[in-house]
Amino acid sequence: MTGSLAAIGAGLAVIGAGIGIGNIGANAMDAIARQPEAVGDIRANMILMAALVEGAALIAILLAFFV
Amino acid sequence: MRQFFSILVCFFSFSFFAFGQDGHDDHSNDGNHEGGAYIETIGECHIPHDDPNVFNPGKTAFHHISDQNVYSIGPLQIPLPCILYGHGGKGLEMFSSSKFHADYHGNGEYAYNQYVLFEGSVRRVQDPSFPKGALELGHHRVYGKDVKVEGAKDKFQIFVCYDGKEWACDNKSTLDGGLFGGGMTSFTDFSLTKNVVTMLIIFIFLAWLFTKIAKMYKQREGQAPTGIQGFIEPVFLFIQDEVAKPFLGHKWEKFLPLLMALFFFILALNLFGQVPFFGGSNVTGNLSFTLVIAVIAFIITNINGNGHYWQHIFSMPGIPGWVKVIVTPVEIMGMFIKPLTLMLRLFGNITAGHMVIVIFVGLIFIFGQNGANPGAAWGTTIGSTLLTIFMMAIELLVAFIQAFVFTILTASYIGAATEEAHDH
Repeated sequence: MTGSLAAIGAGLAVIGAGIGIGNIGANAMDAIARQPEAVGDIRANMILMAALVEGAALIAILLAFFV
Repeated sequence: MRQFFSILVCFFSFSFFAFGQDGHDDHSNDGNHEGGAYIETIGECHIPHDDPNVFNPGKTAFHHISDQNVYSIGPLQIPLPCILYGHGGKGLEMFSSSKFHADYHGNGEYAYNQYVLFEGSVRRVQDPSFPKGALELGHHRVYGKDVKVEGAKDKFQIFVCYDGKEWACDNKSTLDGGLFGGGMTSFTDFSLTKNVVTMLIIFIFLAWLFTKIAKMYKQREGQAPTGIQGFIEPVFLFIQDEVAKPFLGHKWEKFLPLLMALFFFILALNLFGQVPFFGGSNVTGNLSFTLVIAVIAFIITNINGNGHYWQHIFSMPGIPGWVKVIVTPVEIMGMFIKPLTLMLRLFGNITAGHMVIVIFVGLIFIFGQNGANPGAAWGTTIGSTLLTIFMMAIELLVAFIQAFVFTILTASYIGAATEEAHDH
């Protein structure tokens, strides 16, 4: 079982990103329900924020694999 | 509905065909062994053979998404030009990769001028006394195995078995300084690899497409768009109105060509990498490629950065001096982390998607025990085909989203760097 600790690290990073992206999605849905006319702006910003959260997770996963 | 079924049947037969080859041949070439991994000994060579009944999904996935010196479409292997520069006075060599006579796994059955082919990529024999010219090695004579290293992790090393001796081989040189297990070795590969050829194809295709559309706009001025024009126009306008204008302010026209080039190039490469059984070029899932486009974004951002931007990095206004000691290093790190995440995001998303598809198809071989249990293999094929189609649909979405995210983030970085000073 070599490298299993790295796999746990990668999994933890994914949990963090999952919570983050989940929050972004939930709040974006709330915002769209409140102001349906702003759906375009909200969607673009939602994707942007999700991408930023994902970036942090990807760095963690990469470190888990290579260190 | 009938259409859907015919697509399903096509896919179904294809996925079996494409991988069937791997599994089947593996089984037949070790006919004298009844299963189990074993080590073949020829003279001083100890050649490891995998267990033909065990399918290794991770290894197969990495093999299928890696860049290669041959372009394989199903059983067809198209040789590509190898341009290799040997360090230490060896000089530049150019020859076709057909010289290696690669088998279905991309392992060369010939050595040429001290170069060999392992899983589709070129390696160099370390020992300069290895004979030059074309040498017949035979089947499965280029192989990799773990070597013990004192006080460190085992190293995966490629060997060639020739003349009853084991010859260690060097990997390609990489400029990562050993960060990802690479570093400078005895040769550098400038070949037109599978990924390079794909980039050239996409470049020519996009150049042709956009020249054609530009001509159509000139000829049909004031009229509604038709044909391919109608397909590209909304996408183009979306990037212009949703990305360029809000993030770049009144300077949007200056950066529009860069953003459009990034968006359409990444999108086209993402979609081309999705086409099954057409080489499976994984260009946007290659760190070198994403590194280059992230570096381009980094350079453009920083050469266009105004005084306001640099002031915010080196001496953030409106905070006490001792806080600046903490903030400035963080800001400088942020300058490099931004392109780093751009690079990793695209690479990670595309690579992960491709690997999941390969592993779903690989389920057939795991359950079918690599050909030993055809009934289970056929049964799994149905489930695995449906899963693969589902995954490919998601991947289509990801292809668009990642191209969009890369463009929007580049635009926001450039926008932040060129923003005019305003009162605090």
